[in-house]
Amino acid sequence: MSNWIEVGTVNDIPKLGARVVKSMRGDIAVFRTADDEIFAIVDSCPHSGGPLSQGIVHGKAVACPLHNWNIDLETGDVLDPDHGCARVIPVSSKDGIVRIYVEAEATGTHG
Amino acid sequence: MKKLVVIGNGMAGMRCVEEILKRNADQFEITVFGAEPYGNYNRIMLSPVLSGEKTFDEIVINSPEWYAENKITLHTDAEVTEIDRAAKVVKSANGIEAAYDKLLIATGSEPFIIPVPGKDLDGVISFRDMNDVNVMEEAISQYKNAVVIGGGLLGLEAAYGLQRRGMKATVIHLMDTLMERQLDEAAGFLLKQELEGRGIDVLTGANTKEIIGENGRVKKVCLADGREIAADLVVMAVGIRPNVSLGQSAGLEVERGILVNDQLVTSDADIYSIGECVQHRGDCYGLVAPLYEMGKVLADHITGTDNAYQGSVTSTKLKVSGVDVFSAGDFSGGEACEDIVLRDAARGIYKRVVLKDNKVQGAVLYGDTTDGAWYFQMLKDGQDISDIRDLLIFGQAFASGGGATADPLEAVAALAMDAEICGCNGVCKGDIVTAVNEKGLTTLDEVKAHTKASASCGTCSGLVENLLKVTLGDSYQAQTVKPMCGCTEHTHDEVRAAIVEQGLKSIPEAYQALEWKTPDGCSSCRPAMNYYLLCAWPGEYVDDTQSRYINERAHANIQKDGTYSVVPRMWGGLTNPKELRAIADVAEKFDVKTLKVTGGQRIDLFGIKKEDLPAVWADLNAAGMVSGHAYGKSLRTVKTCVGKEWCRFGTQMSMDLGVQLEKLSWGSYMPHKFKMAVSGCPRNCAEATIKDFGVICVDSGYELHIAGNGGIHVRATDLLCKVASEQEVLEYCGAFVQLYREEARYLERTAPWVERVGLDYIKQIVVEDEAKRKELNARFIYSQKFWQDDPWAKAVNEEAAAREFKPLSAVAAE
Repeated sequence: MSNWIEVGTVNDIPKLGARVVKSMRGDIAVFRTADDEIFAIVDSCPHSGGPLSQGIVHGKAVACPLHNWNIDLETGDVLDPDHGCARVIPVSSKDGIVRIYVEAEATGTHG
Repeated sequence: MKKLVVIGNGMAGMRCVEEILKRNADQFEITVFGAEPYGNYNRIMLSPVLSGEKTFDEIVINSPEWYAENKITLHTDAEVTEIDRAAKVVKSANGIEAAYDKLLIATGSEPFIIPVPGKDLDGVISFRDMNDVNVMEEAISQYKNAVVIGGGLLGLEAAYGLQRRGMKATVIHLMDTLMERQLDEAAGFLLKQELEGRGIDVLTGANTKEIIGENGRVKKVCLADGREIAADLVVMAVGIRPNVSLGQSAGLEVERGILVNDQLVTSDADIYSIGECVQHRGDCYGLVAPLYEMGKVLADHITGTDNAYQGSVTSTKLKVSGVDVFSAGDFSGGEACEDIVLRDAARGIYKRVVLKDNKVQGAVLYGDTTDGAWYFQMLKDGQDISDIRDLLIFGQAFASGGGATADPLEAVAALAMDAEICGCNGVCKGDIVTAVNEKGLTTLDEVKAHTKASASCGTCSGLVENLLKVTLGDSYQAQTVKPMCGCTEHTHDEVRAAIVEQGLKSIPEAYQALEWKTPDGCSSCRPAMNYYLLCAWPGEYVDDTQSRYINERAHANIQKDGTYSVVPRMWGGLTNPKELRAIADVAEKFDVKTLKVTGGQRIDLFGIKKEDLPAVWADLNAAGMVSGHAYGKSLRTVKTCVGKEWCRFGTQMSMDLGVQLEKLSWGSYMPHKFKMAVSGCPRNCAEATIKDFGVICVDSGYELHIAGNGGIHVRATDLLCKVASEQEVLEYCGAFVQLYREEARYLERTAPWVERVGLDYIKQIVVEDEAKRKELNARFIYSQKFWQDDPWAKAVNEEAAAREFKPLSAVAAE
C-alpha cells in the first residue's frame, strides 16, 4: 500500500490553525499558515507533551498552549531561548488535497 | 570517534557532558547510564517540589530530546554494576554493555542511614531523589505525622516542605544547634525559633534509639532519653557519603571517596571521576558549586586545554521560603581570629564576620543575606579588609560607598567584574554583563535562559535583576512602558489609540498600518490585538478565533494531559436539583475523572476529551445551563453569601444582587479575567474585598470596592464609593467594567491597572463625573448585545464552530 495517505483538504484546516489526524502512533497535528503552507508535526511538545495542534500559529511557528514554547513548523526545532526538537511528519498539499507520509509499520496490517 | 561512557545521569556528570559538548561536540560518541527512570533533573530543587512551590517539570534540566539532539545514548533505569577495566567495558544490572575509550564515574553520593532498629520499616525513607519525593507525596495525602531525623540543610527543607503540605513535622537533631556545620549557635537558635513559629517541632540534643512499627509500617520514633514521637513517615537526612562501591569493585584507589588528582583522573588513566563520589586533596563535597567547577576543569582537560582543580571554598543558603540564611568559610573561631557581630533583634537580623590577619575567614548571616556574595568573594580572594574594617559588618553599600545609602543597585554596580553572582552555576558579573550587552537581553528570564545565572536554586535572582538594571541603565527604565512584543516598537497604549483614531478594523489592517515586523504577529500580540479590536468595534469586528488562546477557542480549560475541564455558569453561586442532576448525568456519561467545587461557587468537571465537549455542552444546555467562561479573559463568577434572605446578620438581598450583576456582565471579553462578589454584611463571607469588583452590603446601602486580587500578590480592594440603591450598583459596575475594558492593557488585571493609573483617576471618571459614568455604562450595555450569546450553544449548533472539536481524519487506525 502507498505510504502517502490522504487526510483531507487544505480548506478543512483553518488559516493560522491546525487540525488533528489520529494515527496508531498517536496524534499528528497538521498546520496551515497564512500563506496556505501545510506542515505536520507529532502533536506533542518536546517540553512536556502539550498538544501543539491547540497552539497559536504565527509565521511558520506554533506556540505550545501549555507553556508557550515556540516550535518551528518546518524543522520541528524549538525556537530560542528554549531547546528541543519535535518530530516532523512529511506532508504534501497538491490541488488542495493534503497527504501525510506514514511509515510502513505504522500503517498497521489489520486496518 | 572515541567512546566516552558516563556512569551517572546526575548534575555533575551531565554538567560535565554539557561543558565537553560546548568545547568540542564531535570528539566523542557519548553514552550515559542513569539508575533513575528520569532524564536529568536539578536535584537541589527537590525541596521546592516537595513544598509545592515548583513542579517536577520545572526542575528538569535536559529532556530526552536534548540527549537525542546531541546524539547521546541515554540508558535510564540502568544501574551500572560492573566495570571491566581490562576489556574497557561497563555492564548494567539490566544487561546493557558499553565499551569505552574514556570512562567518567559520576555516581554521586548515597544517603547515610543510621543503623537503628526499625530502619527498614515501610515509611522510613531518605531525601535524595524524585522517588523519595513521590513516597512523601503519598504520605502527605494519607497520613499526619512526619518525623525528620537530621537538622541539617536537607532535613530542614524536608520538614518545611512536609509541614507546608499539611503534615505535622518534627525535626530530631543529635546536636544542640541546627545546621551546626553551617551556622553558629546564635544563628542556629534564631532559625530554630523561626521554624517553631511555623509549627514545626524542633528537638535538639535528641538521639534516636529505635523506630517502632505496626503491621510493617512505621508508628513512632523512640529517643534515648525515653521520649516517643508519633510518626507515619520518617525521613532520614543525617548526611551523605560518597557512592564508591563501583569504583571500589573496579579496583580503583578509594578512601572516603574515589581518589582523583587535580585533573580529576583516578588511579586508572582512562577513568575520570567527578562530583560527590570523589575525594580530592582529602576533601569530599556535597554542594553543587564544586561539582560544576570540577565539570569545567575536566571538560578542559579532556578536550586538550590545561587546567587544574584547586578545590572549592563553599557557601550555603537554605531554601526555605522567607528564611534567609547564608554561611561561608570557617567561623569556628580559634587562635588569632576576631569576630565582628551585628544584632538587630527587632528585625531578626544577625550577622557575624570572622576575621584572621585582616582577611575574611568566614561569615554567618541570618535574616539579611544581601551581602553574602560580597563577603564570600572577599573570602575567596583573600582580600585585605583593613581599610573598610569599620564599616565591614554594615555591608557592601556602606563599606564601599562611604555609608551614604544602602542602595542595592549601587552595591551591584560596585562589584568587580569577576565577582560571582550565581554560586550554583559559577556565573560572574562579567559573564552576565557581556551576555546582556552582546545578545541584547532585557529581562531576568532571558538572562537566566542564556547564562544559567539564577537557574538552579534561584536565590540570586534579585541580584541578577539588579545587575540587569545597572547594566541597561536608562534603557531598563524604558522597559516600564515596553513594546507589546518583539513584533513591534509600539506600546499597548499606542496600539489602542491608533485603532480608534485611524479606524483600524481588522488584524491585518492594524499590522499594516502600524508597520508590524512579522507577517502575522506572535502568540503574544495577536490575542491582544484581537481583544483591542473587538473592544473598540462592538458589532462590527468579526472575532478571529485563531488569535485566541486555546481555552477561549475551545470554551473550556486545557489541562496538563491535554483533556479539558468544563464549568457551567451558576448564577450568583445558586443551583437547583435539575442542574445538579444534569451535571451528575454528564459526569457519568462522559466518564468525568474529577468533580470539584470551585472557589467561585460552581462545579468543575475534569478530564473531558476535546471531541466530547460539544456533546457535554448539549446536555448541559438542555438543562438550561450555559458556559461559565471559566476559561476566558472575561467575567468569571459572582460569589455571594446568602444575605438578608436567610442570614440573621444580613442587611440586603446579596444573592439576588449577585445574580443581577452576573446577568449584567457575563459574556463580555475583557483584558483579563474578572471576578466579583457580593457580601450581605460587613462580615464579608463572600470575600468581596479580594475581587476585581466587590459589593459589601450595609444597612444604609452598598459599599463598592475595586481592584482586589487573591493571587500571588494578595491585594485588598480600594473603596470606590458608597451608593444607596441596587440600580446604582449596576450602573457603577457597568461603568467600571467598561473603563477597564477600554483602558487597561491586555492581560493586566484590575489590581495592577488601578495601581498604575491611580484610584483618584478611577473615582474622577466613575464616581465624580456622572455624564462619563452614564456614557461608559451605556457603551457597556451596547457591547453586551453582541456578547451575551452562549458560545456552547453556538458550537453545538453551527457546523463551522463544531469543526474545531473534530479530528481531521484518522489514518491507519483499525
